[in-house]
Parts: sequence; structure tokens; C-alpha cells
Amino acid sequence: MRPGPEDGPTRGSPAMPGESAIIRIEGVEKRYVLGGEVEVLALRGVDLEVTAGSYLAIMGPSGSGKSTMLNILGCLDRPTAGRYWLGGEDVSRMSDDALSEARGRRIGFIFQSYNLIAQLTVLENIQVPLFYQGKDLRHFEARCAELAEMVGLSDRLHHRPNQLSGGQQQRVAIARSLVNDPLMILADEPTGNLDSKTGQEVLELIDRLNRAGKTIILVTHDDRVASRAHRILHMKDGLIDREVLNRPVPTNAIGSSS
Amino acid sequence: MLTFQFISTVRLGIKSLMLHKLRSALTMLGIIFGVCSVIAMLAIGEGASYEAQESIKKLGSNNIIVRSLKPPEQAQQQSSGGGRGMQLKYGLTYADAGRLLSTIPGVLRVLPKRIIRENVRFARNEVPCQVVGTLPFYPEVTGASMVSGRFLAYFDEQREENVCVITTGLARRLFPSQNPLQHTVKIDAFYYRVIGILEERSLPEQRTQAGKMEGQPLDNNVYIPLATSRTRFGEVLIRRSAGSFEAEEVQLHEITVQMRDMAAVETADSQVRTLLKHFHDQNDFEVVVPLELLRQAEQLKRRFNIVLGSIAAISLLVGGIGIMNIMLATVTERTREIGVRRALGAKRRDITMQFLVETVVLSIGGGLMGVLIGFVAPSLVTHFTHMKTIITLWSVAVAFGISGAVGIVFGLYPASAAAKLDPIEALRHE
Repeated sequence: MRPGPEDGPTRGSPAMPGESAIIRIEGVEKRYVLGGEVEVLALRGVDLEVTAGSYLAIMGPSGSGKSTMLNILGCLDRPTAGRYWLGGEDVSRMSDDALSEARGRRIGFIFQSYNLIAQLTVLENIQVPLFYQGKDLRHFEARCAELAEMVGLSDRLHHRPNQLSGGQQQRVAIARSLVNDPLMILADEPTGNLDSKTGQEVLELIDRLNRAGKTIILVTHDDRVASRAHRILHMKDGLIDREVLNRPVPTNAIGSSS
Repeated sequence: MLTFQFISTVRLGIKSLMLHKLRSALTMLGIIFGVCSVIAMLAIGEGASYEAQESIKKLGSNNIIVRSLKPPEQAQQQSSGGGRGMQLKYGLTYADAGRLLSTIPGVLRVLPKRIIRENVRFARNEVPCQVVGTLPFYPEVTGASMVSGRFLAYFDEQREENVCVITTGLARRLFPSQNPLQHTVKIDAFYYRVIGILEERSLPEQRTQAGKMEGQPLDNNVYIPLATSRTRFGEVLIRRSAGSFEAEEVQLHEITVQMRDMAAVETADSQVRTLLKHFHDQNDFEVVVPLELLRQAEQLKRRFNIVLGSIAAISLLVGGIGIMNIMLATVTERTREIGVRRALGAKRRDITMQFLVETVVLSIGGGLMGVLIGFVAPSLVTHFTHMKTIITLWSVAVAFGISGAVGIVFGLYPASAAAKLDPIEALRHE
């Protein structure tokens, strides 16, 4: 934790990101200006390193900076100060277009309310991230069908979201988050809208992805959900308050957290 | 790759529009009516001006027509001052015809006409007619064509023969069941042998003896040699009416000056006027230049088109505003979708493109349907009002082009509004 002054480009060049650290955040601050003179410092200089293959949970009460953290991690927003390297690329100063590109290529999103696109079928929903990378979708149909099979929806390829249950929709969203083979999957309360049984199923699916080597970052306020992660970060007042090492990072993932 | 993405975007647009079929259809309706009215209005305008131009062209665009007019002051004198026994002298003369032929450059022919109203009789049939004394080249100048027999010839003129050519309309009325050729008809006190039947290209306006145009054109003409007309009817025409009697001396009622080409018409127009003015101390003639009328008609048509076109364009504008309104509502409604797409890697221009394509699909779809209806509407107008309508290709192209432009212009704002949304805000939107 770096309480300190604003992080600027003049600051000494940081060491290159760890060999297996896919996320490296240094002194990230986020300042919002609320109408007029009122400023809110949502993040006050956060440092974080996440290694490949790890499973990270972020917890915290509302107003702790949890959502802001998620937005910055997901490249939906840029920090006011500090640096963020994602897969060796500094994304903290990227243009809007480059950031969109980075999101599409490096990050898979899973949302609380699934956020499938209503007018598209299951298969087409899975293809959306590919579409925005300018890929010819015809070459990826087999892969998308494979992903649908992995989440157990191979018989629903041409259904529309409103013909699926919540659990099924969330599984489509998981398939969609994987289609780009992203560096990490960012899940925002993935079980928030599901009953406990389907929630369990979705969490097990996420566990399976992690066991297969995917890096997972999960935001939740449910302790039992967080308990599946290797590391649990508790945020408070725009800082990482404490970190719990829940269970060891699997042996195939090298390197350690800061 | 790019085209593939574009096609996918279009397909996506259609899918999104199909999600709200009624809404999309109602939105399109504005454009449909707009495009349809552009085409229909321009077709009506085009048809009206076509008719006007045709009738002017029939007068002959190489011709200059000079007509005798009863001078207004004399006409008044005659009607108020108890014109009993008064003799008026006015109008064009044989000398005028000769002068026109010899002085105006570029003159091809000068065709004089004496027009006298008389009844023509055959057996028990009697038809009021215009008896036109004219020269053998009448058909060449006016574009009339012979149906049967021959027209008047030079030897008829020289010998002042009592022969006549009648129009098809008169032939029908006077000889309902016979071939008129070689029969004789009685005009005034004399008998004339019918030598030909003529089909007029345009129906000449019926003229009263006073030289005023009156009523509908009638296809009841008898053509006799000019010399015959002169000797049989004399220069002084007497009209008796209700106890009074009027006499006028008019040598020629009309002179048609045929020019070599249209360019010659331009210069000859003022020369004819000036020349005649020198020899007429009263205002007893008028000069009609069909070419000039044609120009005026074209100018009128242009104005007509502008007026009709702008009325139709306003309806397109209203349609466009309707589209923009709906698209703005759609953007608000689909804020969440925009957020999701942005999170999944869509750039601002991808979002702009998506909504712009949707708008253009709406307006082009409406435009296509408008074109289809626009093809039907003018024929309905023709059917019910008997107005001639002509659908020109350019009006269809203009209408369709405008509908596409309306889509782009009115889609740009909603699309850029969608692209400017902050992804975080958009994702949070309920």
C-alpha cells in the first residue's frame, strides 16, 4: 500500500512486470469530480500484482472502491494516477479505442445480470467479442459450439436469451467470456441473481476454468463465494485493507504475490 | 473482412428492427409517404408541363404566328356607337405577307390565311364551319397530314377553282355514311368540290369574325384556295345580327411565318414586330411565338417542380425527424446493450456504425416501399382526375437518394449519442 503522493511518469521506472504476473498495478488512484468543487478519491494508491492462473476475490462494503477497482481492472476506466500493466502492456494511458481493443482481446467479462444481447441467439452471443476484433465469424463457429458444449448448452445454440433460465444465461455468458481466450476473466457478482443451487453450478464451472489455468478475478460480498479463491482482498476506503491467503496458488503457477 | 463486418452489421440492424416490428413499420411510414409524394408530385408536374409543351409544339416551334386583332378602341366604338352601317378596316394585309417574306432573314415560307365563318351544307346536313382561304403549302407549315385525296394545288389557286379540302371531323359530320371525295358542298352561295380530307395536327382555335378566340377548338374546317376566298367572299365581310349589320374589311386573319430553324426564330421575333408596326398605325395585330411560349412553359415547369418538390421534401423531413425521435428512444432503451458491447471490445465507431446502419436500413427500406407506392399513386391520380402524369427516372432517383440521405443525416445524432455513452454508466443502466 502506497499512501503517498500522486504517482507520475517522472517516478523511477518500475521493474518490468514479474515473469508470470499478468496484472501489475502501482499506486493507482481514481479521483471523481462530483458537480462543482467536490472531489471524491475512490482509490487512494493501490498496488497489486496478480500471477497467471490465480483465483482472486475482491470483497468490501459499498463505497470501499471495489467497483472502481473492477472498472479499472476491466479497462473500462483509466486511473487518474498510477500505472496498470495488463499482460505487459501499459493500459493506464491508452486511448479509448486502444482500451476497447484491449478489453476485447485480454478480458472476459461475466456480469451479475448476464447481459446477453436480446436479439441474438446463444451462438451469436458467444461470437460477439470475436466480431469486434474483426474476425470472420464463419471460421469460429466450431469453436463457439465447443464452448457452448463445455457449459452444457449444445442443444440450445439457436435459442434466444429470453428462452433460457438464469443459470443457462449465465453459462452462455461464461462461454462468451472464454471465446477470445482472454488473459483473465473478470466476474462481477456472478451468482448475485441466481438461486443457491444454480449459483453453485456456475461457481463450479468457474473453478473448473481456474483449474484449467485461467486467471479469475471475482468481485463479491458473499464470503462463501469468496472462499473458493486463493487470495481474498478486502477493500476499505479506497485501499486494500487486508489480504487473506485462502489456499495455496496451484503449483503450476509460478511466482508469488507481493 | 471489412465487408463481412458490414454485412453482419446490416443483418444485426435488421434483427434489432425486427424486434419491434410495429414501431419500425410506423417509423418507416413517414419515409414511405415522403418518397411516394416526391415521386407522385413530380410526376403530376411533369405530366402537366408535358401536355402544355405538346400543345405548344404543335403550333410549330419554327413558326411565328401573326394574327389580326380588332383594335380595342374600334371594337368599343362599334358596339356602343350604334355601328349601323359602319365599316371597319383593320388587320393584316397581303402586302404585309409579301413584306414579311422579302425582308425577314431566314424565312422559309409565309402562309397567309383568311378565316370566314360560314355554314357548310351537303344534302340535308348543315354544319357551322371555318372557311380557311390559304395556299397549297398549308400542310407543310402546320404539320397537318392528308388522310385521302390531295390538298389544294397551285393551279387551283391560279384558276380560282371552287374546290375544297375538309377536316376529318367535318367529314364525319357532313358525310356520315359516304366518302366525301368528289361530292360538292355548298358554302354561302357557291358549290365546292371536295378533293381531299385532312387531319389537323393541332386543332386551331375557333375564331370569331372579330378575330377573338372563343370557346373550344373545333375540327370543322374547310380549306379553299386563297384566291377563291378573295373573289367569292370579297374583302368586306358583312355580319348581320339582331337588326344591326356590321361590315369589316380584313384582308388576312392570320399569317404564319415559317423560319428556317429555331435560331432564326429568335432574331426574327422582334423584326416581325418592328416591321409590322411601321405599316400599322393602330394596334391591330398580335405576334405569337410558340418557341417563346415553350420557354415560358419550361420556366413555369421549373417553378412548379420547385414548389411541389419542396412540399414533398418537407414531408420527407418530417419523416426523418420521426426516425431520429425513435432512434433516440431506442438508444436510451438499449443503453445496457451498448454498455455490454463496449465491454466486449466494441469501439465508439462500432457503436456509431451499428445505430447508423439501423437508421439507414429504416429509411432505405421506407424509400424502397415509397418508390413502389410512388409508381402506383400517379396512375391512380390519372385514373381519377384524368391528369396526365409522367414518372421520370430522375425523380425516383432523387426521392430514393433523399431517403438515404435522410437516414444518414437523422441517424448521425442518435448514433453518436450512443457512442458517447460511458461504458460504465451504460452497464449500470437499468
